[in-house]
Amino acid sequence: MRNPAFWRLMILVGGVLTIEVLCRSGVVSSYSMIPPSQMVVALVDMIRHADWFWSDARYTFQNIAVAILLSIVLGFVIGLIIHALPRLRRVLNPVLLSYYSVPTFVFYPLLVVIFGIGPSSLIVMGAMFGIVAMISSTLTAIDRIPRVYGKVARVGRMSGWQTAIRIKLPAATPRLFTGLTLAVAYSVTGVIAGEFIIATAGLGRQLTLSYNEFDSATMYGLILLILIFAAVINRFLQSWEARIYRRWYRK
Amino acid sequence: MTNDIQVALSEVTRVYPAHSGHGEVHALGPVDLNLRRGEFVGIVGPSGCGKSTLLEIVAGLANPTTGSVTFEGVRVRNQVPDGVGVVFQEDASFPWLTVRDNVAFGLRRAGVNEAEINRRVDHAIAFMGLGAFRRAYPSQLSGGMRQRVCIARTLVMRPRLILLDEPFGALDQQTRLLMGEELLRLWRETSATVMLITHALDEAAMLSDRVAVMSSRPGRFIDILDTNWPRDRDSRIVADPRFGQFTSKLWELIREESKKAMGIQ
Repeated sequence: MRNPAFWRLMILVGGVLTIEVLCRSGVVSSYSMIPPSQMVVALVDMIRHADWFWSDARYTFQNIAVAILLSIVLGFVIGLIIHALPRLRRVLNPVLLSYYSVPTFVFYPLLVVIFGIGPSSLIVMGAMFGIVAMISSTLTAIDRIPRVYGKVARVGRMSGWQTAIRIKLPAATPRLFTGLTLAVAYSVTGVIAGEFIIATAGLGRQLTLSYNEFDSATMYGLILLILIFAAVINRFLQSWEARIYRRWYRK
Repeated sequence: MTNDIQVALSEVTRVYPAHSGHGEVHALGPVDLNLRRGEFVGIVGPSGCGKSTLLEIVAGLANPTTGSVTFEGVRVRNQVPDGVGVVFQEDASFPWLTVRDNVAFGLRRAGVNEAEINRRVDHAIAFMGLGAFRRAYPSQLSGGMRQRVCIARTLVMRPRLILLDEPFGALDQQTRLLMGEELLRLWRETSATVMLITHALDEAAMLSDRVAVMSSRPGRFIDILDTNWPRDRDSRIVADPRFGQFTSKLWELIREESKKAMGIQ
């Protein structure tokens, strides 16, 4: 029995080959979907020749980067504040727990009204998506710091600041990192989906345009690019997270 | 003789105030106890009698409600005094640091120079039998070894008073006996005063010069017994008929109190 990664790869390759065969044989109409090999060609062609590509890609990735940064930093700080104020936590807890059951996109038109059609509304949309995951993970991370560490710090006569930096922060790292991975994933989704709805530029915007113009090659090329981007980021963060958890909890 | 008294507890009580609909809880005392410099004192008592509260008060981690504690003549309040080391029952090793870095943690915070850190850490690691695991992370070690890391981390700070709160509570019987031997070796080498909180009567009997027996809550000392064991004792003392007699005596003292604590008539 080979390892699960091998079987994951086999399922992926099998799925891609099946779609390739279905598209090439005409079972799936070329108006609906182009073969995966053509998606790759379309993507390469788009990267090399489309005059909008680099400026729109930069626009999207910059917005994503700022949204991720905001959701992580603000999520962490707000998490610390809520943790320090138990009454506020009791008030906010139901909101935090049910946040992701609310379709946050309904607020996007409102954001456009407030911030205009531009990077600001997209960044706020992305940050709104990611921030609550980071807040919840920060709260859990602090809750799970063993109480005995606080006693160890007091026996070592460490100041509050030393305790926070040298003991509490490292002790909270695994769960903070889980929040970070979720915040990244949600922020990416928030920005690209926002561009897809209303935007003046960005890969999501190009995706909408190509869809409206029946430009399957560009549309599938962009879908492939976004999937690759999400998969690479996800894989990188997962392996980093696994390394941290292995060190902390290896048996 | 008074100079030999390192820790003095006088009329110490601890009462937890009423909270969230529960009335106040009188957890401890009043208790009086003197620890002589260099002796090994075991504290035993029924569950919930305030043993750990007593340790926290002696350590300066909690304040007594009334009464006073002094360490080397200075009143202990709000802060753990310099020269006091504590080993807790819970695993307090840091999973993000190697064994070596765990042991060196307190020394680095205290600003000790690197050469001295290396010397003390190497000695403590070798002393606790962790030499082969110096680069390992705690998650790669057994519970007993992680507790040894915590003891080594305390040891390198060269405490004059070592407080142990059921440090072997989570370990199996054989490991506890061997860890007890290591603790005795450590005590002889450092000449530190040791106060051991434990629920295991045989552990207290084997390790201690004196065993203080506490009542059910609010914990008071019912009796303080001298074991009269030689200083170079080890776990083989359990085979001595006097050990059985001593442990029986402890049980006799504590039996009714344990029943009271459990609510058994």
